Amino acid sequence: MEVIFILIGISLVMAGCFLWLFFKAMKGGQFDDQHTPAIRILFENKTKNKTNKKTPNKSE
Amino acid sequence: MENTSTEKEKKQQTTCYHCGEPCDNDGLYHDGKDFCCSGCRTVYDVLSENDLCDYYNLANTPGNNQKNRATRDNRFDYLDDKEISEKLIDFRDEDQTHVTFYVPMVHCASCIWLLENLNRLDQGIISSRVDFIKKKVQVKFQQEYIGLKDIVALMAGIGYEPAINLSDLNVGKRPKMDRKLIYKLAVAGFCFGNMMFFSLPEYFSEAELLGPGFKNLFRYLNVLLSLPVFFYAATDYYQSAWLAFKNRTVNMDVPIAMGIITLFVYSLVGIFLLGQEGYLDTLGGLLFFLLLGKWYQQKTFDTLSFDRDYTAYFPIAVTRLKKDQEEVIPLTKVQVGDIIRVRNEELVPADSILLNEEASIDYSFVTGEEVPVGLKKGSLIYAGGRQKGPAINLAVQKSPSQGYLTDLWNHEAFSKREQKDSLASLANRISGKFTFTVLLIAFSTLLYWSMYDFSMGIRAFTAVLIITCPCALAMSTPFTLGNIMRIFGKSSFYLKNSQVIEKLAAVDTLVFDKTGTLTSPANAKIRYEGEKLSDETRGVLKALVSYSVHPLSNRINRYLGQVSPADLEKVEEIPGKGLTATYKSQSIALGAASLMELKPDDAVNSRGNKVYFFVEGVHLGTFFIDSGIRNGMGKMVQELKNRFDLHLLSGDLDHERQILERELGNEIHMYFQQSPADKLSHIERLQHSSKQVLMVGDGLNDAGALRVSQVGIAVTDNISHFSPASDAILDGKKLSLLPQFLDFADTGRKVIKASFVLSFAYNAVGIYYAVQGLVSPVLCAILMPASSISVVLFTTVVTNLLAFRRGMNQKATEKWK
Repeated sequence: MEVIFILIGISLVMAGCFLWLFFKAMKGGQFDDQHTPAIRILFENKTKNKTNKKTPNKSE
Repeated sequence: MENTSTEKEKKQQTTCYHCGEPCDNDGLYHDGKDFCCSGCRTVYDVLSENDLCDYYNLANTPGNNQKNRATRDNRFDYLDDKEISEKLIDFRDEDQTHVTFYVPMVHCASCIWLLENLNRLDQGIISSRVDFIKKKVQVKFQQEYIGLKDIVALMAGIGYEPAINLSDLNVGKRPKMDRKLIYKLAVAGFCFGNMMFFSLPEYFSEAELLGPGFKNLFRYLNVLLSLPVFFYAATDYYQSAWLAFKNRTVNMDVPIAMGIITLFVYSLVGIFLLGQEGYLDTLGGLLFFLLLGKWYQQKTFDTLSFDRDYTAYFPIAVTRLKKDQEEVIPLTKVQVGDIIRVRNEELVPADSILLNEEASIDYSFVTGEEVPVGLKKGSLIYAGGRQKGPAINLAVQKSPSQGYLTDLWNHEAFSKREQKDSLASLANRISGKFTFTVLLIAFSTLLYWSMYDFSMGIRAFTAVLIITCPCALAMSTPFTLGNIMRIFGKSSFYLKNSQVIEKLAAVDTLVFDKTGTLTSPANAKIRYEGEKLSDETRGVLKALVSYSVHPLSNRINRYLGQVSPADLEKVEEIPGKGLTATYKSQSIALGAASLMELKPDDAVNSRGNKVYFFVEGVHLGTFFIDSGIRNGMGKMVQELKNRFDLHLLSGDLDHERQILERELGNEIHMYFQQSPADKLSHIERLQHSSKQVLMVGDGLNDAGALRVSQVGIAVTDNISHFSPASDAILDGKKLSLLPQFLDFADTGRKVIKASFVLSFAYNAVGIYYAVQGLVSPVLCAILMPASSISVVLFTTVVTNLLAFRRGMNQKATEKWK
C-alpha cells in the first residue's frame, strides 16, 4: 500500500504541471483571440504559421 | 428600346473585381478584370506585383471600395513626429518596433490573409498578426528599413488604412483584460478538485482499511492545498469586506469572508489540535463556485467600447496653413488663431470660423442628422462636423478640448467617475440583514449550549457560521444578471456590466433624444408636390440620384423604388447644391433652390429638407423630406406611458412637434432647441426631484446626458460604428423592444428574489442541524455544492424560459462585421 505515497506525489505534480501550463498559455495570450486562429488555419501555408496547441482549461 | 435594356443588364453584371461594386460608366478594364475605379485598380496592381493575388481567391471581391480614396501624399506626415510615434508604438528596441493598429475595414478571411502577409510587401516588416474580432493588426518591423509612416501609407495603399485617433495618444495603453480572476479561478478549481480526492477517505468507512497514517497524510495534504485557496484565491473577498467594514456598511462579501475565515481556522484547529476531520474541501468548493459566478458575470463585449469620448473620433493630425504652405501637425499643437485646412470627408477638430465662401457640414456625429448643413463665409463651425465637398480653410477659435461640444467633458459629471456604482444593489442590502440574523442565531446558540457544555457551544457556534455561508445567496445574483446580459446581447442590446440591469429595473423616467434615436434616416418620409411624375421622369430622376452619395439623394432613390434608370449625359454634382445633367437634349437639375437661383419662397412649407426638381430651368416639383420615426415607436410609447414618465429632448426647432405628437401621442413631454448642456441639466433637474432617469440618445451632443443619467443607452444603426460613452449600446432596429428590455430587467430582479428564498430555505435546513451541533463535514460537503448548483440551475433555467416566452432568447443575431 505504500506505493500510494508515490502515486499521490506523481498525481499532484502532474496536476500542478497542467495548472502551470494553463497559466503559461494564459500569459502567452492564447485565450485572448479565439476567433482568428480558426480562420488562419485554413490558409494555404506559404508563409510560416504557428499552430495553436490546445491546453486543458482546468486541471485536477 | 430592347437594345438599351440589354445593355443595361450587361452593365449591371460587370462588378468590380476588387470590391464587388457595380462598375458604372467610368469602369475600367485592366488585366482581364473589371474595376469600378482607379483606386481599386491600383490596389490590384500592388497585390499582383507582389504575387499576393491569393487575396482574391479566399473570398469573392474582398476589397473595400476605393472611390473615395484620399491620394494626398503628405497626410501621414504627422507620424514623423517623435512625440506622436512614441505614443503609438507598443514596444521598441535597437532592432525592431511593434505597433498595433485598429483597422476598421477588416471583414473577411482575405483581409486577415493579406494583412498577415504584409512582410511580402516590404522587407522591413518582420511579421503582422490580425485579431479579427477586435479588428486590430499588430505589426512588427525593423525601424532601420521602414518607418511607421511608410507602414501606414503601405496599408492605406492596399485599402486598409488604420484608424488613428486622438484617443490613441491619451491613455498609454488600453487596460488589459483582467486575467487575475481567471488565475484565481484556476487555482481554486485545481485545489478543490484535489481536495475532493483526498477527502474521500473521510467519508467512506472502507477507507479505514488504509490505516490512520494515510488519514493523517490526506488531512495534511488538504491543509497544504487549502493554503493557495485561502491566501490567494479568496483575497478579493477580504479586500471587499474590509472596505465595507471601513465604510461601516455590510455588503455581500462580509458574510462570505466571515465564512471563509471560520471554515479555515476551525478546520486547522480540528486537524492539528483535535485530530478531527476538517472542512477544507468545502472551503475549496465554496471559493471555486463563488469565483465561477463572478467570472460568469463578467461577460464583456470585446468589440464594443462603452467609454469613448470625443477623442476617439477626432483626427490625430490636422493640416495647418503657414505662409500658404501646408504642413501636417498633431492636433494637440493646434493653437487659437491657426488657419487649418479641412478636406472632403475630414472632421473639423475645433470650433472655427469658415474662411471660404461656403461649406457643407455633416453633423451626424453630433446630432445624428446626416443631411449636411450649408454654411456661409464667416459662420462658426463646431468641432465634430464633417466637411462634404471641396477643401475649406478655417480659422481656429477655440482649442480642440474647449469647444462647444467637447466642453461637455469638462463638466463635473465627468470628473466623478464611478459615482453611480455606489448605489447599493439588492444583494448588498439583503446581505446586511442576513449577516445580522446569522450572527444573532450563532450567538444565541452559543449562549444556549454554554449553559450545558461549553465546547459543544463553540462547535455549534462555528457550525452555524460555516453552514450559513451565503454561497447560494452570493451566486444567485451574478448568475441571474450574467444570463440576462447574454439574453440581451442576443437581441442586440449590449450592457457595459451587469450592474446596469439592476439600475434598469429601478428606472421610472425615460428621456429620449429625437434625431437619430427616435427617428432614423432609413425611415425618412418623402412627399412630392408638383407636376405628376411619369415613368420616364422617374427613370431620369433615378439615374440622376444614383450618381450622388448625398444622403438626400439616397432617400429620394429609395422613394423612387424599382425603376430602370434612364441614360443621362453630362452628369455633374455641384457640392452643396445639387445635380445637373442632360437628358434627350433637355437640361435637368435636382437640388437646393439656390441651384437655379430660385428664391426659397414657399415659406408656408419651409419645414425640413426640400429638394427641387427643374427641367430647362423651370421648377416642376419639390420633394419634401422629413426625418422619419423608426418603426414601432408609437407602439413603444403606448406601452411605456403608463409605467414611466416620458420626455423628449431635441436640438431642432419645434416644427416637427405636430408630426411627433401625431405619431407618439401627447403623453410625452417635448422640449426643443436643447443644446448639449441643456440636455445634461434637464436630466440633472429630473434627478433632483428624485427620479431614476434612463437616457436614450445617439450623438455626441447626448454624451453629457448619457453620462449623467442613471442609465445611458446609446442607440446606433451599426453596432461597430459610432457610439458615445454609455452604459449600454442598443441596435436602432431593436429600439422598439425597449419596454420588453425594461420589463425583463425587472423580471431579473424577481428571479433573484426567488432564488434568495430558495437559498434561505437551504440555510434554514442547515441552521436546524447546526444549532443542534449535528453538522459534520459530510453534511457540509453535500449541502454546499447541492445548494449552489440548484440555485444556479434555477436562475438560468427560469431566466431563459421567461426570455423565450417573451420572444427574446432567439438564436444569436450577432454578426461581427
